[in-house]
Amino acid sequence: MQRVRIRYAKRGPLRFTSHRDFARAFERALRRAGVPIAFSQGFTPHPKISYASAAPTGVASEAEYLEIGLREQVDPAQLRAALDAALSPGLDVLDAVVASGGSLADRIEASHWRIELPEVDPAVLRRAVAAFTAAEEVLVERMTKQGRRTFDARSAVIRIDVLASPETPSGAPAVPCAILELVVRQVTPSVRPDDVLSGLRVVADLEPPVSPRVIRLAQGTLTAQDAIADPLDADRDGATIGER
Amino acid sequence: MSVPSTTPRPAAANSGDGSSPARPTPRRDPEPSVWPRLEPLLPQVTKPIQYVGGELGAVVKDWDAAAVRWALMYPDAYEVGLPNQGVQILYEVLNELPDVLAERTYAVWPDLEKLMRAHGVPQFTVDAHRSVRGFDVFGVSFSTELGYTNLLTAIDLAGIPLLAADRTDADPVIVAGGHAAFNPEPIADFVDAAVLGDGEEAVLEITGIVREWKAEGSPGGRDELLLRLARTESVYVPRFYDVDYLPDGRIQRVVPNRADVPFRVHKRTTMDLDAWPYPKKPLVPLAETVHERYAVEIFRGCTRGCRFCQAGMITRPVRERSITTVGQMVREGLEFSGFHEVGLLSLSSADHSEIGDMCSGLAQQYEGTNVSLSLPSTRVDAFNIDLAQELSRNGRRTGLTFAPEGGSERIRKVINKMVSKEDLIRTVVTAYTNGWRQVKLYFMCGLPTETDDDVLEIADMAHEVIRAGRAATGSKDIRCTVSIGGFVPKPHTPFQWAPMERPEVIDGRLRMLKQAINADRSLGRAIGFRYHDGEPSLIEGLLSRGDRRVGAVIRRVWEDGGRFDGWSEHFSYQRWVQAATEVLPAFGVDLDWYTTRQRDELEVLPWDHLDSGLDKDWLWQDWQDALGEYEQDDCRWTPCFDCGVCPSMDTEIQIGPTGRKLLPLTPVTGLKLPTGAQQ
Repeated sequence: MQRVRIRYAKRGPLRFTSHRDFARAFERALRRAGVPIAFSQGFTPHPKISYASAAPTGVASEAEYLEIGLREQVDPAQLRAALDAALSPGLDVLDAVVASGGSLADRIEASHWRIELPEVDPAVLRRAVAAFTAAEEVLVERMTKQGRRTFDARSAVIRIDVLASPETPSGAPAVPCAILELVVRQVTPSVRPDDVLSGLRVVADLEPPVSPRVIRLAQGTLTAQDAIADPLDADRDGATIGER
Repeated sequence: MSVPSTTPRPAAANSGDGSSPARPTPRRDPEPSVWPRLEPLLPQVTKPIQYVGGELGAVVKDWDAAAVRWALMYPDAYEVGLPNQGVQILYEVLNELPDVLAERTYAVWPDLEKLMRAHGVPQFTVDAHRSVRGFDVFGVSFSTELGYTNLLTAIDLAGIPLLAADRTDADPVIVAGGHAAFNPEPIADFVDAAVLGDGEEAVLEITGIVREWKAEGSPGGRDELLLRLARTESVYVPRFYDVDYLPDGRIQRVVPNRADVPFRVHKRTTMDLDAWPYPKKPLVPLAETVHERYAVEIFRGCTRGCRFCQAGMITRPVRERSITTVGQMVREGLEFSGFHEVGLLSLSSADHSEIGDMCSGLAQQYEGTNVSLSLPSTRVDAFNIDLAQELSRNGRRTGLTFAPEGGSERIRKVINKMVSKEDLIRTVVTAYTNGWRQVKLYFMCGLPTETDDDVLEIADMAHEVIRAGRAATGSKDIRCTVSIGGFVPKPHTPFQWAPMERPEVIDGRLRMLKQAINADRSLGRAIGFRYHDGEPSLIEGLLSRGDRRVGAVIRRVWEDGGRFDGWSEHFSYQRWVQAATEVLPAFGVDLDWYTTRQRDELEVLPWDHLDSGLDKDWLWQDWQDALGEYEQDDCRWTPCFDCGVCPSMDTEIQIGPTGRKLLPLTPVTGLKLPTGAQQ
């Protein structure tokens, strides 16, 4: 069985696609694109698809990952093009690489997020971030599947920056807008961008008047410089060897 | 920009002669998109994806290039509305015209409604997020009357005056369609027009009239446009008809108040379904919806003659789609959508003249794939099981549904559902012995002439089904579910004169039935019991057979917060009773008068001026036959019994067999690359 790893984006309005919605759309896209997907054995065979940590509903992403198992070998570039065409614009397949081994999930160590906060004064945000950074621990609450949980939102945050010269936020009207960039380590329970925002509320009473717009820019292995490396890079050499 | 304000009603809103001077149409084009104002609200609501659009099959066209613009609504939540066949078909038919644009809108949930009101965001289409008020025509498809309050929410959110009489040339023409439009009187104050029957050709005709009127510079304004629509004799414009009442509250007469307006408005019938193979490009949602399948109608109409069934009465005659067209639609629909389930829809699918070949042909074509085929059918006979067996060749045999509808032989004669108890038991046992473990039996409660005994016989039937099933299979691992719906008398059926039963009586019978089922513990354990309370049915009855006075009740309920009445968690019986108590006495009538009262032969019914083709004398005779427990055969295989539809509508039964077969599909392998893609 050939295994292919795929990077895809959730963009614009389609960032409101939930993970379940995406999974259904992706299975239909496999059929529309004629992908020779492998199925699990058993009474109700399921297509072989495994997802790596999906962005929350409403959060855009340039870096979502999944892995599929195939009955026949396909050219990953053609697979990418066929799947991208079969999905709605806004659910965009960006990259496909033949897996060289190892586990995709193990290569997801951290995520890089950008949060646009319309109508928030960057100076106010800077002060809140300073208070957050100074704290040893910032306890926040969130409803999880196990009920309401309290956990630390501080220690998983590796980097938290207010962008020096805010660019114009994507598609939003010309109002002041503060922009926050985060690099957060993959931990359990996961610390999500909204948990960091809760943390800013806890330490500095930061209350964004408008719903923030969040985008995941990257996720993958953490480099020594606290940057994030594409988890498919490790497969890319292997794929070249496999093909030729 | 805020919600468009209600334009004051022009003083000369028409003097009644239709000759008011042509005014420039002040229709304002909507803001390009309400999306920038909607988007910040979406993170605060449940399932925001339902408001986003972007489905496969969705079409966004250039606003300025369109001569006629339709907003189409299914007045329920997106998850129910999106799969609706009617809206999908009209959407596709309209968008195929180069100079016409159609977009869709659905009922927004109360969480978003509240935010939209707070932020001044109008009712929008999901395709290009345009304000509904900017369209020329706002078409609303009603499968059920319980969507009426959602219609009012949409009109109000759109910034359109609630009452048709208050609208100006800046407002769209609101057209109701769907089965409930066969009696649109309860919403006559709120809609500008209603269309009866099949929509495919009706929307094209309306489009043509709007196109021409606009091209002429909209002479005579809204009034002239409505008059032109009314003159077709197939578009009902309530404002052109006056209703007079008798002192006792009954209707005296309904007459046109304008020259040139027909006394009766006739339903539309689309003949030759092979010429209308829609949907070709089904909408494939990102959000989860109630049906995730490619659905194809294999025929329209039904002459089985079940007396409670409005659909079977108003969609006559039977018009089959040929086996080859069905095969082609399934193939193309699946390729386009990526769905893996196919539903072969109709009112009684096993009655298609080539259903055997159709099922085996499709089963063969898709053998070895994970495509599953389903046949939502209700006939109780062994043939049905052969079909189900064919369709589940390599799949699971989880459940089969049969609908005897009535518990006793007697009541089944009343409703004209010809199936004997022996047949039913034999059929269900055949299903069990062929591997099905679960069988669902569907019944109705509250049928005309029904007694406690008729309902209690359902328990006997269920017991015997389990007993016989255990004996035949030697296994205790078989189940049956008894599912009970409330009977609602509908216009244009033989039961349109029938009194409804009170909710307390219905609920009492259901309690007795539950006890009777569980009286035998061993058998009762294998029998599931599902039912609906009597109260929602009573309100549905009010709305189904109501007249224009009921509009005030709907409005009161809506003002009091009534929304999503088809959803048990939102429906409030108390609210409806309260509104009826407040509003109806002024007219000298009450809730009982509309629901539990039996009508006599000469009463003018609110929908008598709307022509479904059924001869009222025949309907009355069939009602008398029902009371006499006399059955009526099907005109497809016995001589015509003169229901009146074919001669009055100039239609005829269209059935096969064509003798053709479905050929094996050539399997296509390899990735489907987008055209022009780099390799």
